[in-house]
Amino acid sequence: MPLASEDKSIDCPIDCPIDCDVHPTVPGMMALLPYLDPHWQEQVTDRGILSLDSIAYPPNLDFTVRRDLRAKGLDLAGMQDAVFGRWGAGQAILNCIYGVQMVHNADMGVAFTRALNDWIKAQWLDRDPRLAASIVLPMQDTPACLEELDRLGSNRQFVQALVLANGEEPYGKRQYWPIWEKLEKLNLPLGIHAGSSYHNPVTTLGWTNYYIEDYAAQTFGFQAQLANLVTEGVFVKYPQLKVVLIESGVTWLPGFIWRLAKFWRGVRREVPWVDRPPGDIIRDNVRMTIQPLDAPDEANALQKAIDQIQSEDFLLYASDYPHLRFEGDDVMPPNIPDSLHRKIMIDNPRATYKRLADMQTDLVGVR
Amino acid sequence: MGKHVVAAAADLPQGSRKRIEAEGRVIAVFNVRGEYFAINDRCPHEGGSLCTGRLSALTVSKVPGSYEWTREDEFIRCPWHGWEFDLRTGRSVCDPKTMRVRLYDVHVEHGEELVAEKTLVAETFPVRVEDDYVVIEI
Ligand code: FES
Repeated sequence: MPLASEDKSIDCPIDCPIDCDVHPTVPGMMALLPYLDPHWQEQVTDRGILSLDSIAYPPNLDFTVRRDLRAKGLDLAGMQDAVFGRWGAGQAILNCIYGVQMVHNADMGVAFTRALNDWIKAQWLDRDPRLAASIVLPMQDTPACLEELDRLGSNRQFVQALVLANGEEPYGKRQYWPIWEKLEKLNLPLGIHAGSSYHNPVTTLGWTNYYIEDYAAQTFGFQAQLANLVTEGVFVKYPQLKVVLIESGVTWLPGFIWRLAKFWRGVRREVPWVDRPPGDIIRDNVRMTIQPLDAPDEANALQKAIDQIQSEDFLLYASDYPHLRFEGDDVMPPNIPDSLHRKIMIDNPRATYKRLADMQTDLVGVR
Repeated sequence: MGKHVVAAAADLPQGSRKRIEAEGRVIAVFNVRGEYFAINDRCPHEGGSLCTGRLSALTVSKVPGSYEWTREDEFIRCPWHGWEFDLRTGRSVCDPKTMRVRLYDVHVEHGEELVAEKTLVAETFPVRVEDDYVVIEI
């Protein structure tokens, strides 16, 4: 972490970078068994469900897991070594991407998701106070999402709720509003991470064949969700709700805001509750993580996009561990202007995840 | 600067509109339920002729899913890209602070008064003492 060592105003853990996107790896369904009740344990063993892998993030690809990180092991120790050790983060947010969203049987999906959240808590959060996590939401069933938030939402180790960019329905739809209402009350941002339940094709054209298309098409999912959240009026109804787009790419946003704003000017009568330009709403309520950026490598290449977004509060530091986003140990991409490093690494994550501040106080207490 | 008689009141009945030229400007004049409005005809966006746009109400909403129909026909919608302008203030609905169309003072005067006044400019038709006229001040 060049910044942590060169800039003496930054002093761990209070002034260390906050890594907003770290992926714990679930070793397989066997790891979740202890967190399932006997009925679902039997279902898992009788059916021989070994894993919930999808086409997304093929587990043995070097792109999914960096070679050097794989060699160190993807368990807690391996993650700590990279994220807190080599990369110098002071705190990290775990976003567990495991195929629980793909399960069609809602009861099973809910059971697996609960087990996943309990596994995250027991195997990761409870073993390192620098870790926070997202509550994975079982979006197959809205009432179950509410129950999960009732069960875990007051636990300060959880700082966000997590859904995938491509789910059953656009997230602005009103059947989901009780969930957003609860998140706003709990002061938990909604994290939307790249990925799909694969209940719909990832492109509107239908199913595609190749992983490369699947991954590139995630952008369309993010765009559709963003447009839908804005136009359905979620941020009018729940103005304090923050949405974090995670692993979404960044540079597509200015063009998309431009397009949305332009059409809003002409046809806004259709959605009269959207009473200010979509870009203003997005600036107030939405954040993005920095990996991947989708920008050329040269220095300051991102400045233009940041100028167009018109906000320096927008980007959140993230390594995307253990995905291959960068070689070596420079998490901060060279194309991000130096002047923004502190905001992106520390101030913006703190402002977005209010609960992290409480955890920091505890950490200092421990020290 | 001055007063311009732009139409006989009888030729601009309720619900009608007229595009007129005065002092090199093109101006759209509307009669909405007996009230007159005059604005620059040229849309500040890309120049659509507002006189050919559609008059509309303003639908407002306090919460998503509610629609309140207000101020019927007090907004003009540009025929090109649909931006709406408030006939009372000239302000656009989408960007009221920076995007607006110029308003002109418009009213009806009796022919007798007009003839008595010597300040009239650029009449294109005769003013008769017994009729009413729509007058714009530029
Ligand atoms: S020219 Fe009037 S809205 Fe574009």
